[in-house]
Amino acid sequence: MVATAETISAVEEATGKYKYGFVTEIETEKAPKGLNEDVIRFISAKKEEPEWMLEWRLKAYRYWLKMPSPDWAKLNIPPIDYNDIYYYAAPKNKPKLESLDEVDPELLRTYEKLGIPLNEQKMLSGVAVDAVFDSVSVATTFRDELAKSGVIFCPISEAIREYPELIKKYMGSVVPVSDNYFSALNSAVFTDGSFVFIPKGVRCPMELSTYFRINEQNTGQFERTLIIAEDQSYVSYLEGCTAPQRDENQLHAAVVELVAMHDAEIKYSTVQNWYPGDEEGRGGIYNFVTKRGACRGDRSKISWTQVETGSAITWKYPSCVLRGKDSVGEFYSVAVTNGAQQADTGTKMIHIGEGSRSTIISKGISAGKSQNTYRGLVEVHKGAENARNFTQCDSLLVGDKCGAHTVPYIISRNPSGKVEHEATTSRISEDQLFYCLQRGLSEEDSVSLLVNGFCKEVMKELPMEFAVEAQKLIGISLEGSVG
Amino acid sequence: MALLEIKDLRASIGDTEILHGINLTINSGEVHAIMGPNGSGKSTLSYVLSGRDGYEVTGGDILLDGESVLEMEADERARAGLFLAFQYPVELPGVSGMSFLRAAVNARLRDAGEEEVDQLAFVKMVRAEAKALGVSDEMLKRAVNVGFSGGEKKRYEILQMALLKPIMAVLDETDSGLDVDALKIVSEGVNALRGPERGMLVITHYQRLLSHIVPDFVHILAGGKIVKSGDKSLALEVEENGYADIANVA
Repeated sequence: MVATAETISAVEEATGKYKYGFVTEIETEKAPKGLNEDVIRFISAKKEEPEWMLEWRLKAYRYWLKMPSPDWAKLNIPPIDYNDIYYYAAPKNKPKLESLDEVDPELLRTYEKLGIPLNEQKMLSGVAVDAVFDSVSVATTFRDELAKSGVIFCPISEAIREYPELIKKYMGSVVPVSDNYFSALNSAVFTDGSFVFIPKGVRCPMELSTYFRINEQNTGQFERTLIIAEDQSYVSYLEGCTAPQRDENQLHAAVVELVAMHDAEIKYSTVQNWYPGDEEGRGGIYNFVTKRGACRGDRSKISWTQVETGSAITWKYPSCVLRGKDSVGEFYSVAVTNGAQQADTGTKMIHIGEGSRSTIISKGISAGKSQNTYRGLVEVHKGAENARNFTQCDSLLVGDKCGAHTVPYIISRNPSGKVEHEATTSRISEDQLFYCLQRGLSEEDSVSLLVNGFCKEVMKELPMEFAVEAQKLIGISLEGSVG
Repeated sequence: MALLEIKDLRASIGDTEILHGINLTINSGEVHAIMGPNGSGKSTLSYVLSGRDGYEVTGGDILLDGESVLEMEADERARAGLFLAFQYPVELPGVSGMSFLRAAVNARLRDAGEEEVDQLAFVKMVRAEAKALGVSDEMLKRAVNVGFSGGEKKRYEILQMALLKPIMAVLDETDSGLDVDALKIVSEGVNALRGPERGMLVITHYQRLLSHIVPDFVHILAGGKIVKSGDKSLALEVEENGYADIANVA
């Protein structure tokens, strides 16, 4: 027996309301619409970049021009007019800020509305935040505090000026410019993002967080994040995203690169809540993101956790290149699609180092007439003696007009490698729903509870600060106290 | 005072009428047993009372504490004080038992306009009840009914009943799948919840449960009707002669 119409509407209620659809009225400065070398020069000049950075961008652009848009995903992507997009939009009265007091109060109010207090005095949770509004970083908190332990946490545009050696060494080393269509595009036009450097032996004393907000109409967001964890260091990084409700589609093409050296660990968590578009699929963000981590050092570890609820189309495969001996890669994902949303998401675990291990836990929830695909590659290279992978992909269907698809790719070139793949597809059963109702829980609460139970293995991987937001997002209350 | 009044209740699944006019009144403090052979409509009755989707009431009425529940959804009936102990409690993977129990208790309290119970007080409350029913801390930490044995599931049902304090409890074949020891523990749990403010309807196929939970009245359900009513001795009669004779009398 499938879930009832009420169940479906309960899930739609829970996931369908978009609270972050407001627009901030703020004067902005934009680059001319469209994409050409002049626009790239404009962006580079705005960011006061050195010549080598501009050259890097131009090279990427010329490469991108020759590339075809990828069409292998199970997505129906309408043609995108890359010349109908603004590639740079920045709130006026900037750019250099000495302290938060100089930030436009309208911007601070925006972040407050989003539940991201930037005012350091008010911050209780001890999370350092970098806030990126359209094309620029507007504020980064707790920087002095972090500097004491040698941690660098700053906008990437600033890092390009202040730490050119680190940028030259690492940027593009995990996701090469030519990696794919969207990474090449990003490399040409990226505007801001976060840079994190954790020196040898340092355990980053607080959670680092970046909050991305697309505000301007017809504007793409192309952020770039680079995190470097030196030997024996540790960092936990969180990212959140929202955008106003608009009828047109907007493009978000980010690149995230992580580098973990010997015994280092990076935990990267995402709560993605870009505007998903309306029921009929009007508007919404195209979320085409390349995220990859390199476990370069022995016993290094990179862990991706993502909760994907937003975006009209999601094309995203956070991956790990497990080069170090006994290195570890993890991918925990909850992807919820509703209405007319489409998601093609998963991971790649590339085992190169001896004894490297990876775990993939993916939970897909489809409602409405959405399509939700898990796509994952596990590849064991010749030298990866005793590599291990465990993959579990579970899909939950709500209603009978949605689709869930699982597309695993497994390539093993070493006979000692061990790769396991488990997959299930289920519905919320009438029995389960009735059991909850009979105990006095409303239909909406019952569905929330059941969906949340389904995602539990992933949700418990999220840092506390984000878990609450994520649970709310999925319309779920673990303790009956949220929402 | 009548806590549950079932008046000439007719109910169907699809086009098939299963209950052909049932009359039954349960007053506060009373324990009634409904016995009947397979296919007599016992489980249907429990689902119709609790408002499960897919069961259509085609005639008659059900009054809980004087109010008709026919227009109420299953969750509203539950919050109004109707509890069903399931024959086959379903597993809820990943749903933490404590969270589930607390959400249920708070939903009931909220509806009654009472203050919700906080986590700490709730844990104390659960521990006290759980101990008497032999529900271990370890069981409480697990997901609802996941990996529970048959006996554990039934004890967990009674624990929920103890926490929710219903005015009317319906126990659907609570004895099925229980060994003698488990039956004893569950029965003791149920007996502890008997009281002047509560009514109980015990649905069972076999007499053996009724020697542990001794009913005030026994009704025989056959072919979707109550064919005979009596006191506890009626259960013994069934035990000796089977259902055939009684059902045929009707």
